[in-house]
Amino acid sequence: MITERYFNAALLGGLALVAFWAYGADEPFTITLVTKVAILALAGVGLNIALGQGGLISLGHAVFFGIGGYAMGILASHAQSYQPLTLGPLVIEGTNSMPLIWLAAMVAAGLAALLIGLVSLRTSGVYFIMITLAFGQMFYYFSISWPAYGGEDGLSIYVRNSFPGVNTLDPIQFFFLCFMLLLLALLFHAMLVRAPFGLALNAARQSPERAQAVGLNPFRLRLAAFVISGVITGLAGALFADLNRFVSPTMFSWQLSGEIMVFIILGGTARLCGPVAGAAMFIALEHWLGGLSEYWHIYLGLLLLAVVLFAPGGLIGIITRRGAAHD
Amino acid sequence: MTEPVIETRGLCKRFGALEASRDVTLDLRAGEIHAVIGPNGAGKSTLISQICGVVKPDSGQVLLSGRDVTGWDVAARARTGIARTFQISALAMEDTVLQNALLGVFGASGWRLGLFRPALGYADLRDRALAALRRTGLAEHAAMRTGDLSHGQRRQLEIAIALTLAPKAFVMDEPMAGLGLEGSREITALLDGLRAEAPVLLVEHDMDAVFALADRISVLVYGAIIATGTVSEIRADPEVRAAYLGDAA
Amino acid sequence: MTFVLFAEQMLNGLQLGVMLFLMASGLTLVFGVMGLINLAHGSLYMVGAFAAAGVAAATGSFLLALVAALAAAAAAGAIVEILVIRRLYARNHLDQVLATFALILIFSEGTRWIFGSFPLYLNVPAYLAGPVTLPGGIQYPLYRLTLIGIGLTIAGGLYLMIARTRLGIQIRAGEADREMIAALGIDISKLYTIVFALGAALAGLAGALVGTIQSVQVGMGEPVLILAFVVIVIGGIGSIKGALVGALLVGLTDTLGGVLLPRAFATFMDNSAASSTGSALASMLIYLLMAAVLFLRPKGLFGGAT
Repeated sequence: MITERYFNAALLGGLALVAFWAYGADEPFTITLVTKVAILALAGVGLNIALGQGGLISLGHAVFFGIGGYAMGILASHAQSYQPLTLGPLVIEGTNSMPLIWLAAMVAAGLAALLIGLVSLRTSGVYFIMITLAFGQMFYYFSISWPAYGGEDGLSIYVRNSFPGVNTLDPIQFFFLCFMLLLLALLFHAMLVRAPFGLALNAARQSPERAQAVGLNPFRLRLAAFVISGVITGLAGALFADLNRFVSPTMFSWQLSGEIMVFIILGGTARLCGPVAGAAMFIALEHWLGGLSEYWHIYLGLLLLAVVLFAPGGLIGIITRRGAAHD
Repeated sequence: MTEPVIETRGLCKRFGALEASRDVTLDLRAGEIHAVIGPNGAGKSTLISQICGVVKPDSGQVLLSGRDVTGWDVAARARTGIARTFQISALAMEDTVLQNALLGVFGASGWRLGLFRPALGYADLRDRALAALRRTGLAEHAAMRTGDLSHGQRRQLEIAIALTLAPKAFVMDEPMAGLGLEGSREITALLDGLRAEAPVLLVEHDMDAVFALADRISVLVYGAIIATGTVSEIRADPEVRAAYLGDAA
Repeated sequence: MTFVLFAEQMLNGLQLGVMLFLMASGLTLVFGVMGLINLAHGSLYMVGAFAAAGVAAATGSFLLALVAALAAAAAAGAIVEILVIRRLYARNHLDQVLATFALILIFSEGTRWIFGSFPLYLNVPAYLAGPVTLPGGIQYPLYRLTLIGIGLTIAGGLYLMIARTRLGIQIRAGEADREMIAALGIDISKLYTIVFALGAALAGLAGALVGTIQSVQVGMGEPVLILAFVVIVIGGIGSIKGALVGALLVGLTDTLGGVLLPRAFATFMDNSAASSTGSALASMLIYLLMAAVLFLRPKGLFGGAT
């Protein structure tokens, strides 16, 4: 039996070690895989704040992932074609700079989260689940039927965007860029949980009437958490698009929303590194099982079913021998 | 005479055919414990809900220190000075006792919910929370998970959180519910000392506690107040005896 | 736009609406009685479509195909209920979402494994093929008209079943108070299996009927499932009447919006821009309708307390 803290350190250290090993062994494909783990984990950290701390079962987080992806795709494609983006009187130059793209992705995802949150947080329970799922589908269909940026076929970006002082074309350097952002997001989450905001958000999940009775507004707390959550997942989307140098409507798909949630559950709900453990497990399964059988999703489904029915603490729960972080 | 801390004027509330409040007018004055008693289903909980803002009255007003707060939501009323306790403990069961008490301190201090600095790092606020725990006899359990507290300790924590709000008035919904003799006695002693800080509107079934504590008593029957007065007046009131005390006391 | 074209689109909207109702009514029943959110309802729709396509290919009979769709979906529903779903009633919504998401993965890949990735096609039987002429000179495909008829008949049948039959009384009792049905001496677990299988059969029927117009393929169920969720959110969860009204609203909005919006934009834009902008916005219309309903009535049009 080991404590969660040691497990987290081993997990994150292990991720970096695998990348280093792959670098030494000249296995760029493996570096791409761990980079994918880091990025998907980052998306999961975003959802974990809404889901784990706020109790918000959002089945539409692919919206923010996709918006982040398209923020990258749109800005980079305008930079690629040297045609500025004109929105009425507003003229926006395209850019290849990752920091600018990240900022745009986070702002756009945050705004979308604010609007979706304003509508969907008026409800709770299954309504919230169904509404977030529906909004995800709205963005999906919109991205398919809007032809300006590739429609159904998506949008290819030929050269990975740049970051000052980093050669982003080098897989290991790009991995560490993503890994650093993941660590930052985890640090932020850890601080947020201990901070007054996290305290209040957690209380509003456990007992909304108590939160109100001490003068807190659960709706505003949840809305803030939802926006923070969307911003982080949006950033992950921009990185994911840069990893693949490609964006398409599948980034908005309901399957992706479900998968982001599956990362959290496989790892362990509301645990800091749950999304990291879950994303690592997911990618490992996809890689190994996918090699064994074309129909590996069946096994993933069975595993997920087993975790939900018999191991509610997820992987971290099994390893640290504790039940769910909370019921 | 100074103006009452809490005042209701002609509160009426209907749920379908049930008249839960019929023209309820009462006040809570500085320095007093005002008990509201009545048989089950008399509308005591509905009255508390309207005072705290959980339920909006069909007609009538709620005033806090002379200010009409009828249209305000629960959180706004709490920040302005109403601290309530719940009949069934409403606590963050996964959090520690101290975190629950801190919640009150942060809530009362308005919107200063930082994202980065740990909640426990606000020394002055933590001291306020600890002081409230000390007064309710929970100081040594501060680090305990709230879900692991006994029923009696949860009742005490309810009051501790109310204390952290430093309110203008306490509204307590059956604070002795489910307690044994010893537990009731402890809470009674605690409430006795509270009225000096802020008046207490007390809904309670434990008649010994009510008669020991109350400066005034209002009797609620079928949603309407049939009498308000001192303990001895209420004990002597023939209508009250017939409607309520007659078979209870 | 001519009256004939408009009437035709109204009928298309109606047809989409009644098919959505078949999906939504099962979902809303299952939620109302068992308190379960079932993401795998779309899988049952797919099971129905595949069973129909398989039996139609083997026997050539459309009616047998429909019977197979009903039977296969009901059986799949009952089996899944007994093996998995009944362990979820006491769980929170998150567990229900994840477990039924897992079921989608299993159903979809299992179907792909058995039938392959290529779409199958179901043919409209000869006696339902071709157009009929309606009053006002509207030419409309007989098959789609039949779908509308079937959907409305089932809506009426469901209403009668819930209002008049023993099962309906038990369902209503279950919605009102779960402890009460136990007190009435009803075998709850049997009732739950029946309700779940009934919902599954309706979804399977919808899958077979719609699969005849479109193609039968893995993943066909989930877009319809999500539309059915929109229907339920608009209509109010647990309400069959809400499901019907919501389904018709969504069907008509989606169909008419897709036709009318590009035309409306064409009045002030050039044609290709109008058609792309119009159809992009039309794809969002039902979700905006949902948002508007929620803003006015967070519990949906016919939703009570949940």
